[in-house]
Amino acid sequence: MENKIPEEFEVVYHKPATLTDTPLHYCPGCGHGIVHKILMEVVDELNIQDKTVGVAPVGCSVFAYNYMNIDMQEAAHGRASAVATGIKRVLPDRYVFSYQGDGDLAAIGTAETIHTVNRGENILMIFINNAIYGMTGGQMAPTTLLGQVTATSPFGRESVTMGNPLKITDLVAMLPGAYYVSRHSIFTSNAIRKLKKAITKSFEYQKEKKGTCFIEVVSNCPSGWKMTPVESMEWIEEHMLPIYPLGDLKVPKVESKAAMDKPN
Amino acid sequence: MSQDNNSNNEPRLMKGNEALAEAAIRAGIHAYFGYPITPQSEILEYFTREMPKRGRVVVQAESELAAINMVYGAAGAGARVMTSSSSPGISLMQEGISYIASAQLPCLIVNVNRGGPGLGTIQPSQGDYWQAVKGGGHGDYHSIVLAPASVQEMADFVFDAFRLAEKYRNPSFILADGALGQMMEKVILPTEGSLPYPDKNWATVGMGERKERNIITSLFIQPEEMEKVNLRLQEKYKAMQKEVRFESILTEDADILLVAYGLGARICQKVVELGREKDIKIGLLRPITLYPFPKDEIARLASRVQSVLVVEMNAGQMVEDVALAVNGQCPVNFTGRMGGMIASPEEVFQKVEAIVEKQTLTLK
Repeated sequence: MENKIPEEFEVVYHKPATLTDTPLHYCPGCGHGIVHKILMEVVDELNIQDKTVGVAPVGCSVFAYNYMNIDMQEAAHGRASAVATGIKRVLPDRYVFSYQGDGDLAAIGTAETIHTVNRGENILMIFINNAIYGMTGGQMAPTTLLGQVTATSPFGRESVTMGNPLKITDLVAMLPGAYYVSRHSIFTSNAIRKLKKAITKSFEYQKEKKGTCFIEVVSNCPSGWKMTPVESMEWIEEHMLPIYPLGDLKVPKVESKAAMDKPN
Repeated sequence: MSQDNNSNNEPRLMKGNEALAEAAIRAGIHAYFGYPITPQSEILEYFTREMPKRGRVVVQAESELAAINMVYGAAGAGARVMTSSSSPGISLMQEGISYIASAQLPCLIVNVNRGGPGLGTIQPSQGDYWQAVKGGGHGDYHSIVLAPASVQEMADFVFDAFRLAEKYRNPSFILADGALGQMMEKVILPTEGSLPYPDKNWATVGMGERKERNIITSLFIQPEEMEKVNLRLQEKYKAMQKEVRFESILTEDADILLVAYGLGARICQKVVELGREKDIKIGLLRPITLYPFPKDEIARLASRVQSVLVVEMNAGQMVEDVALAVNGQCPVNFTGRMGGMIASPEEVFQKVEAIVEKQTLTLK
C-alpha cells in the first residue's frame, strides 16, 4: 500500500500526522471526516498531541478514537462532557475536548451540557449538528428542522407534538461559564477555514484557563437526509443556516472591542 | 471534628458517613464526584468542606448520572476516585457502572442503602443486595462488594475497596445502610499515605512520550472481540474469588447457623447470645465480601449444622446465594423486615425457636 513519491515530486499536502491511517467508517460526503481532520490539524499545529485527551460520544462519531492519534475515552450516550469534566479536573494542564452529536449533546445529554458550561469547565466542546440521528438510521433529532422528514417524523416534524428545533448553542451562550461560543459549518472551504480558526482559538483559551469553549458545527448527513453529498451541502445553506445562522454567539469582551477598533 | 482531621490515630467518635469520607481522604483519593441524597449527604458535605483544603477535587454534580460519568473520566485519567449515593441515586448510576466495569476502571462507589423500591423511605435497608452483587447495570459483570457492619469498618473498608479495585481494575462497592451511615461510634482512622498508588500505564493522561495512544472504551463492536472481552472479565471474576472475606462467630459447634451481613449481622450477634443463654447453639457467619461470596465456607458449615437461618433487611435476596451454597445439605430459612424496618434480636430469636420446634431438631 505504501506509495513512494518519486524524487522529482514535492509533497505539497499531507494529512495531519495526528490522524491515523484507519479508513473512516463514515458515509461518503459526511462532515465528520472534515471536522476530524481540521481538529487533528490544529492539534498538530499547536504541537499538543502529547497532552491532549479527547472524549468520543455515542453516535456516528463513536469510533472517533480510531482516527485521532491521541489518548481518548469513549463516553456513554450524552455523558461526554461529564467524562471530560472528570478528566480535566484531575489533569488541569492537559487539553481536553468532547466531540458530540446533536442527539448526544442536545437531547439525552442536555443536563450535562448545560451544567458543564455553567461550571465553566475549562474544556472545548465540539457539537456536530446535522439535525438527525445518523448512527441509528436517521431518526428525528432535537435539532431536526420543522417539516423535515426523518425515520421517526415520516410526515415531517411538526411543533405541536414533536417540539421545535432546539438551539442549544444559543442557550449555552447565555451562561456565565461559557467563554467562547461560536457556530460554524463545513459546506464551503471558506467555512472550514473559519471553523479551524475557531478550534485553534478555543485551545488557546483553554491554555489560558478561560472557561468553556463551545463550537457548533452545522454539518450534513447525506445518508440520513437521503441526498447526494453535493445536495446535502446545498441543503445546509438553504435550510439549516436560516435556523442555525453562522457566527460568534459569545466572544471575550476585549477581543470584540479590539475587532471593532481595528479598521477593516 | 473537622478541625482535627490530621493523620493522628486517636480514637474518636464519628458518624459512619463522616468516618468513611475522612478515611477516603486518608486513602489518598484525588477526586470525589457526588450528588445530595439522604441518608448519605454527609459524605458529600464532608468532602466539599475538606477536599479543597487539601488541594483535591470535589464536584457536586448535576445528577448521579453526571457524577458516575465524571468518575469514569477521572478514573480513566488515572486518578483514585470515588462517588457515593443512596439507593435511587445508585439506580441512576447503573449505566455508568456497567461502562466502568467493561472499560475496567478502578473506582469506589458507596451505597448507603435506604428502603425501596421507588422513592421508598430514607430509613436503613439491605434492599439493594441483588443490584450490588449481581451487577446492577446491563451485561455480564460484577463489582467487588464490601459490607461494613460498624463505623470502624465504614472507614477501614475504603482502603480495602481501593486496594481491590486497583488490583483488579474493577469497580468496588461499599454497601452500607442508612443506620451505618448515620450512627456514631468510636473509630480509629487509618493512617494517611498507607495506600500506595499503583502504576496505571493504561490511563489517558495524554500520550506524553508514549508511542501508542491509550483508549478507554467499553465498545467492542465485533462479537468475536466482545466475547473475548467478556472471557477476560470472567477470568478476572474467577481470580477475585480468593479475596473472599467473612467473620465467624461460634460457628464450629453450632446447630443453627445464622447468615447475615452489615447491620443485620450486628443484630444477629445478639441473637447468638440469646440462644447460648438458652442452650441453643447458634452460630453466625457474616459475609464481609458479598462479592466474592463466601460460598465454600457456607457449604462447609451446612454439612455440620441442622438448619440455616438467613437474616436480611429485605424480602430475601442473599438467601438465594446461601441456598445455592448450602445445596440441599440442610433446610435454609429466611427472615427479613422491609421498607426501612429493622428486626429486633428478640424477633429473630423467636424465628430460631420456631425452627427448632418445627424441625424437631435434636440439639447437640
